[in-house]
Amino acid sequence: MAHSGVPHHLSYPRFLLKVLDRATDGTWRFYAWMFVLTAIALVGANTWAWQVARGMAVTAMSDHVSWGLYIANFTFAVGLAAGGVMMVIPAYLYHDEDMHDVVIIGELLSVAAIVMALGFVVVDLGRPDRFWHMIPGLGKFHWPVSMLTWDVIVLNGYLAINLHVCGYLVYTRYRGERPDPRWYLPFVFLSIIWAISIHTVTAFLYSGLGGRPFWNSALLAPRFLASAFVTGPAFIILSLQLVRRFTAFKVPEGAIRRLLDILRVAALVNLFMLAAELFTHFYTGGHHAAAVRYLWLGMHGHHELVPWMWTSITLNLGAVAVLLTPSLRERRVVINTALVAIFAAVWIEKGMGLIVPGFVPSTLHELVPYAPSIAEWKVTAGVWALGLMVFTVALKVGLQAMTGELRAPGAQADLAVEEKEVA
Amino acid sequence: MDEKPTRRVALKVLGATLGAAAFERALSPLRELSEITSVGDFMQKHYRELSRDEMNAVLRRLEDETQQRYGREVTIRDVRPTEGVQFAYALNLSVCIGCRRCADACHVENNHDRPTHQSYIRVLEMTSGSMDMEQGNTGYDHTVPAEGKFYMPVQCQQCENPPCTKVCPVEATWQEPDGIVVVDYNWCIGCRYCEAACPYHARRFNWHKPEIPAAEINPDQSYLSNRIRPQGVVEKCTFCLHRTREGRLPACLEACPTGARVFGNVLDPNSDIRWVLENKRVFVLKEELGTRPRFFYFFDV
Repeated sequence: MAHSGVPHHLSYPRFLLKVLDRATDGTWRFYAWMFVLTAIALVGANTWAWQVARGMAVTAMSDHVSWGLYIANFTFAVGLAAGGVMMVIPAYLYHDEDMHDVVIIGELLSVAAIVMALGFVVVDLGRPDRFWHMIPGLGKFHWPVSMLTWDVIVLNGYLAINLHVCGYLVYTRYRGERPDPRWYLPFVFLSIIWAISIHTVTAFLYSGLGGRPFWNSALLAPRFLASAFVTGPAFIILSLQLVRRFTAFKVPEGAIRRLLDILRVAALVNLFMLAAELFTHFYTGGHHAAAVRYLWLGMHGHHELVPWMWTSITLNLGAVAVLLTPSLRERRVVINTALVAIFAAVWIEKGMGLIVPGFVPSTLHELVPYAPSIAEWKVTAGVWALGLMVFTVALKVGLQAMTGELRAPGAQADLAVEEKEVA
Repeated sequence: MDEKPTRRVALKVLGATLGAAAFERALSPLRELSEITSVGDFMQKHYRELSRDEMNAVLRRLEDETQQRYGREVTIRDVRPTEGVQFAYALNLSVCIGCRRCADACHVENNHDRPTHQSYIRVLEMTSGSMDMEQGNTGYDHTVPAEGKFYMPVQCQQCENPPCTKVCPVEATWQEPDGIVVVDYNWCIGCRYCEAACPYHARRFNWHKPEIPAAEINPDQSYLSNRIRPQGVVEKCTFCLHRTREGRLPACLEACPTGARVFGNVLDPNSDIRWVLENKRVFVLKEELGTRPRFFYFFDV
């Protein structure tokens, strides 16, 4: 407990310096990875700057399809952030020891994914210079009437909660102290409810619009959650294997198995809800089915989204078949391929399959197609690169704190076992 | 022993410097922002919080900016609603011939972007015997009226229960006491949530800075309606409030060659609009959504 004596106002700045030091230190692989991400992020930043200066005409959006790739990725990123909670629930509600060892990875993913989600909202604004109009007190925050203000609250709140939990755990580890449950457990439980809320509120953004029958469905929020519990665990399982390969951190097999179990169920629930939705639309027919018809079959000679959707459903069904086949359970490469496939499938489903058909056909039943412009792809890649940078650096620092590599001089180094008992 | 870490730190500092320089370079297009915004614009308060003096200063600034950016001297006024006035609009589908002169008049009156031929009005060519908009067509290009067709112009319905104002995260759009839904173009952040919420395709976004030759600019402008909109904000039909609030008629109505359009104050028992609402079997679009439009349609039978 040698370090405990150092007051926080001295130890915290030192901690931050050390974090900065560790965040920028690594093998050639780390530097190469970060260099590539930085390059992509810079291309994105440059394209975004052009978009702000010259106008959003550089995108392929129009008054008919007024949201596109950015809002699609925003929705997907919110799901990814909410998906991280599928580690927190087993770890803290069911005391899954293996999961508890790696739960911080899920929380750090939530942080990175929220950064991405906020990034996608900002790049979608026509006037980001007026961002301050949204700040309560300073501008005019249209709460509680506008669902978008709810989303601002839940997303920033979720970011703050996860930053606090991760930051607190890493800092106490650094000081060689035992984390005080009073300072983080309530926030962990809050984060569970909050994770559900971020994707629910995001679904309400769309489902609350009576003029858009494709979105105006009570099933939207439940489906968002089901698909979030597919993509979150899929991304984490892949990340855990990378962590195992490239760091000294020990990843217990039990955590991966548990996440796969969750993913299997979530994927089936998601497919079931998709089937329920398709039945309702196609069997009823009429105007409410127009967007779904355009999406899956094409309409009036327009088939722009049809290849996307059939790719998505093929990947989805294929992945689920693989994940449910008992004889393939131990084939890691096959399982990983299925995870990548289902991740891509849901990305399409939330993007081209959810946001765009809300606008096609338009409210006056005009059929104006949309395909993202090069500028939109560049900006989107940039925000993803930023998110991956945040995730990489956060993992690096977080895991070093967990293994004891990130420790204050003189701090005790054998707390790893004790801390587990507390929670 | 000390040398290695020092070298590492030096390399990191070098890397950070290069990174910052690259970032600054990447964002350099933002220097062009002075073309579309200004310090005054950035600092400006919400329309409803501006005092008379502040409003006047804003109007003068906007006039100057129009002069600088478009080379035309214009007058921008702040025309307020009159008490005891509730506007409504009605359109006779039996006589509309689909000539789109209303849409063109809107284009000119409201200083719309020229290259895109923007207008707040879309005219649907509908098949006789069907109110199914899915059978409608806005892109018709032939002599009108065509056999077996009727025509339905659609613009902002000025709903009494507008879904668009509800969703705005910054209160940049609201309903005025006379029923007109307006946008503060200097407060809108351009999220386009209102555009997604509107069931009538009434809103437009300025995807780029509007282009209008100086000679074609309508110099009689107002803050909440037809002044040239900034890039990156949403706009919409305002029932030409700079005209109608001063007793004149909307530009689309004046342009109509068939007299299909009827506009006025529903609170005035002697108004034409009141007569139409009382004597014709009028209907509204998408009544089931509960938006309660102030824009009515009727057939003359």
